[in-house]
Amino acid sequence: MSQNPCRTAAGGRIDRSRLVNFTFDGKAYTGHVGDTLASALLANGVHLVGRSFKYHRPRGLLAAGVEEPNALVAVVRDAARRTPNLRATQVELYEGLVAESQNRWPSLQFDVGAVNDLLSPLFSAGFYYKTFMWPRKAWHQVFEPVVREAAGLGKPPTEPDPDTYAQRFAHCDVLVVGAGPAGIAAALAASAKGASVLLCDEQPEFGGSLLDEPNAQVNDQPAAEWLRASLATLRDRSNVTLLSRTTCFGYFAHNMLSLNERLTEHQATPVTGAPRERLWQVRAKEVVLATGAIERPLVFPGNDRPGVMLASAGRTFLNRYGVKVGSRVVLVAGCDAAYLAALELRAAGVKIERIADIRHAPGEAVHAAALSAGIAVSTGVTVLGTFGWLRVTGITLAHLADDGSVQDRETLDCDAVLMSGGYTPTVHLFSQSRGKLRFDEAQQVFVPGNSVERERSAGACCGTDGLRATLEESSQAGAGAAEAAGKAGSAQGYHVQVLEGSMVGTPGVLPQPGNTPPAKAFVDFQNDVTSKDLALAMREGFESVEHIKRYTTNGMATDQGKTSNMNSLGFVSAEKGVALPKAGLTTFRMPYTPITFGIFAGYDRGDLFDPVRPTPTHAWAVANGAVFEDVGLWKRSRYFPRAGEDMHAAVNRECLAVRNSVGLFDASTLGKIEVVGPDAATFLNRLYVNNFNTLAVGKCRYGILTREDGFVYDDGVIARLAEDRFHVTTTTGGAPRVLHMMEDYLQTEWADLQVWLTSTTEQWSVIAVQGPKARDVIAPLVNGLDVSNAALPHMSMVRGQLGDIPLLLMRVSFTGELGYEINVPGGYGQRAWEMVWAAGQAHGMTPYGTETMHVLRAEKGYVIVGQETDGTVTPDDAGLGWAVAKSKPDFVGKRSLARPALVAKGRKQLVGLLTADPKTVLDEGAQVAAVPEQPVPMKLIGHVTSSYHSAVLGRSIALALVADGRALMGQTVYIPMPGGAIAAQVVGPVFYDTEGAKLHV
Amino acid sequence: MSEWFAKSAAQAALTDVAECRRWVLRGGDAALAAAGAAFGASLPTQAGGVARVAGTSRAALWLGPDEIWLGTSMDDGAALEAALQAGLAGHARSLVDISHRNVALELSGTHAAWLLNSLCPLELTLEAFPADTVTRTLFSKAEIVLWRTGENSFQLLLGRSFRGYVAGLLAEVSRELAAA
Repeated sequence: MSQNPCRTAAGGRIDRSRLVNFTFDGKAYTGHVGDTLASALLANGVHLVGRSFKYHRPRGLLAAGVEEPNALVAVVRDAARRTPNLRATQVELYEGLVAESQNRWPSLQFDVGAVNDLLSPLFSAGFYYKTFMWPRKAWHQVFEPVVREAAGLGKPPTEPDPDTYAQRFAHCDVLVVGAGPAGIAAALAASAKGASVLLCDEQPEFGGSLLDEPNAQVNDQPAAEWLRASLATLRDRSNVTLLSRTTCFGYFAHNMLSLNERLTEHQATPVTGAPRERLWQVRAKEVVLATGAIERPLVFPGNDRPGVMLASAGRTFLNRYGVKVGSRVVLVAGCDAAYLAALELRAAGVKIERIADIRHAPGEAVHAAALSAGIAVSTGVTVLGTFGWLRVTGITLAHLADDGSVQDRETLDCDAVLMSGGYTPTVHLFSQSRGKLRFDEAQQVFVPGNSVERERSAGACCGTDGLRATLEESSQAGAGAAEAAGKAGSAQGYHVQVLEGSMVGTPGVLPQPGNTPPAKAFVDFQNDVTSKDLALAMREGFESVEHIKRYTTNGMATDQGKTSNMNSLGFVSAEKGVALPKAGLTTFRMPYTPITFGIFAGYDRGDLFDPVRPTPTHAWAVANGAVFEDVGLWKRSRYFPRAGEDMHAAVNRECLAVRNSVGLFDASTLGKIEVVGPDAATFLNRLYVNNFNTLAVGKCRYGILTREDGFVYDDGVIARLAEDRFHVTTTTGGAPRVLHMMEDYLQTEWADLQVWLTSTTEQWSVIAVQGPKARDVIAPLVNGLDVSNAALPHMSMVRGQLGDIPLLLMRVSFTGELGYEINVPGGYGQRAWEMVWAAGQAHGMTPYGTETMHVLRAEKGYVIVGQETDGTVTPDDAGLGWAVAKSKPDFVGKRSLARPALVAKGRKQLVGLLTADPKTVLDEGAQVAAVPEQPVPMKLIGHVTSSYHSAVLGRSIALALVADGRALMGQTVYIPMPGGAIAAQVVGPVFYDTEGAKLHV
Repeated sequence: MSEWFAKSAAQAALTDVAECRRWVLRGGDAALAAAGAAFGASLPTQAGGVARVAGTSRAALWLGPDEIWLGTSMDDGAALEAALQAGLAGHARSLVDISHRNVALELSGTHAAWLLNSLCPLELTLEAFPADTVTRTLFSKAEIVLWRTGENSFQLLLGRSFRGYVAGLLAEVSRELAAA
């Protein structure tokens, strides 16, 4: 037995045997299992649930479902689990639920912000645009902070989200969106012959409007029984997936739709580890939209007082939740739906004060039923206003004469007003699919016109009136969808007994005395837009509804015009004196209802946010204290600090170790491509600027790849393993794009070449052994292989064995020292590293990281693609003109390199810079000027690309791109910095061992 | 495996596939035909096709009109390599050893496809993706080669540095099975 004062004695789909305790704004209430927060509050006689956005007017529940614009609440589980902006009509009650109202201070009953209501003449449409224009500086210091504090609804949680969110891809023959009578009939027909069907609905229980129909009969059984049996049938079909609490919120190209399934939101104590929500990304062969229709409010003065609700809400609260929305109710009818609410409420013992029909001719069936039930009906009336502050207490009705004068004014006492302005088809998803809407003159609403996707609408969402027509049309849509998906379906006929009337109303504003737009007659409840605001916007020259929408905020934000759109269009078109469709239509944006950020993040959190690619020696590096840096997705050792060392100390030590003895470096991340085939040399010759025909087997060559525009794209050492086989290395970040460029040329330009590409980046671990003692370290490890300078000179390669491990040994150097790169199959990387490391101990071997590598190569003037180059640098600009084989008839970029702009004087060329003060390390990216003192804007001639302290030189060094830099050798340039210009001398880009003697030992 | 959370191996189990030998064979039709003879079975010509040699662990995976992955056990590796080299002599082609490029994970159990579909956009019904079908695809942000080895078993071939990421994601997804 319910303790709730406003509960009916029996009926509804709640479990009256189970009480649920909850609090709203700190006050304790009880409801029942099956209640929403909204129905439980109403059952307790609580209508006041929120304050309006702009004027802070007291607001109650307008609706019972997804379209509710007022009752936005926060549900709080703990500090980290606080969900703002939930519609109370969609919050399922659970034991211990804690809910709070929003947008009020200090309390819902007494809200200081309500002073805005008295000041409302100031807060007209475009208030913000008009007010905060001057003085300019005040915007940042005064206006913006105040507006930010006042604006917005609800407060987000302040702690990281502890919940998990799941994601899922799914495919089906037919996706049916909406599980009211239309969606269920469509799913039954679509799935009858084996087509895979996914049926989703945003509510916890399937049935939609049928759940509000206590008296309907479908196929000679009560609607509730037909519903139960139909759902049982669907559940038994293995080809059907049913998803409740699942909102389809986005419709994308090629029938990709996004669904938000709420898994634990309704549970008092969710299972640990269970995801809170799931994002479904569904690729459907065919889609049936069965999204229903939403009742419109009527627009009259005071239509927003708590207790003024939609007639459909009155029915839903009564029939589904056993809640009476009032004890003395006035109905304002713009269509026949209000009569059904009146009849059902009356049967439940509610006093019906009046059905005030704004039409002159009500539907005959419902009118007769109302009269025979003893309900008073007035026709042709309008509403002049309502009374009450925190709850409606009365309503003033009148007839208007043709001249606008008031006749028969009367005021009725009441504690609830139910209004029905007609139904608007829910075309949000259809509109998102880029389908074209069509205006239905008879119904005065927009309905789906031409489809763009493989999609069809059925039932109330395409303006179909009546239960039988809805069921049969939807059944045919379901069967048709299954057939269009290449499967079979089975449509069926239905017979129905139900009291029904017309759902067609007239969008717009109720007529008022003197035909002036009334104040406080709300069109958009959520964004606090009145008919007066719309009129003002039009007076100020906003003609298009798109402009009016933005100027007044009508239909924006989370609401997306669910209850306001058609009334706004109706008003605007009437004011303009044009037919409604001529007023235009705004676009429906996704999401249909607000969606948590969590489902978009999904599993991409923390360590799994992005792939982390460890190199083969990662475990060794961790054990030896490496500091890592992210290079693309790779984790690379940056340096290996010893106790007490900062980065500079560690890098200085590592650099000197390589220069004086030997260092060890993991170069495995270098991109590698094996280019194989009889035409391999020809292919590389056409692609790279260098000559590869002349490269002998067993030799290596530094290759430069330019794009068609002649600018440097990538570089790397290329080894010829055999006549028809090359081992191409690329930069770490460039591996995928170089492979794509190669494959692109092979497939589109040179399909005649017999050559094939295979990525081998991860096939090989690369261990660089660099320094004057490198040969001493590796010679004992390679099973007698001759690694002398004579047998294996600089830029040559040989195959062998490193102990029992297959070895591809390359004599190459990115440090300027004697160097070898030990290539071993990836799985042996760590073992090979440890072998070399052990052998290196006798020679003072030091591991080094990418930071040291950068300094060592800069000392030698070796460029890094992407650091010295930026997509506008030619090989010659970078000082690499020697590599370009000018004798070759062609290569990618050759023609561009001859363009006038690329050979003109004044191009930026790579040079070295030595600061006057050897301790000064320039900032990378700093600008270079020829003259230190200049007015701004200064004439700048270049920029610093690399800058380090060089331990071996005992001073700073820098590389820079400077206009005609090679003509400025020995001259002084200036690097303007906040503390004053820094003088530096232009020198060649090679700072150490300029003659390269150390390479050839 | 320590990072695994599924309730039972029948639902889902993830194991590392033992080390084996793999090559990428690329070339024209004549080369592929010659390779098939050396391999012991005609190489697949349909997109996503798989050819196996009965009684051996040899498998050929179609990954492109001119790209077949050949695999076999460590024991059989040298023999197959020699046979391929001999059979392909005189044919323009590229045969590249990728035994260490990829590692393979075996995902099996009644929920294997369910787990994959959390982050793989392919349709994995038996109708659309039957046993012995293979394709390149994505698992979240990792490129994988997905080979359905049986009704409820898949091999995921990954770049070896992606193993931790893919296994970590599968473990994370499977927590829902453990919680259910």
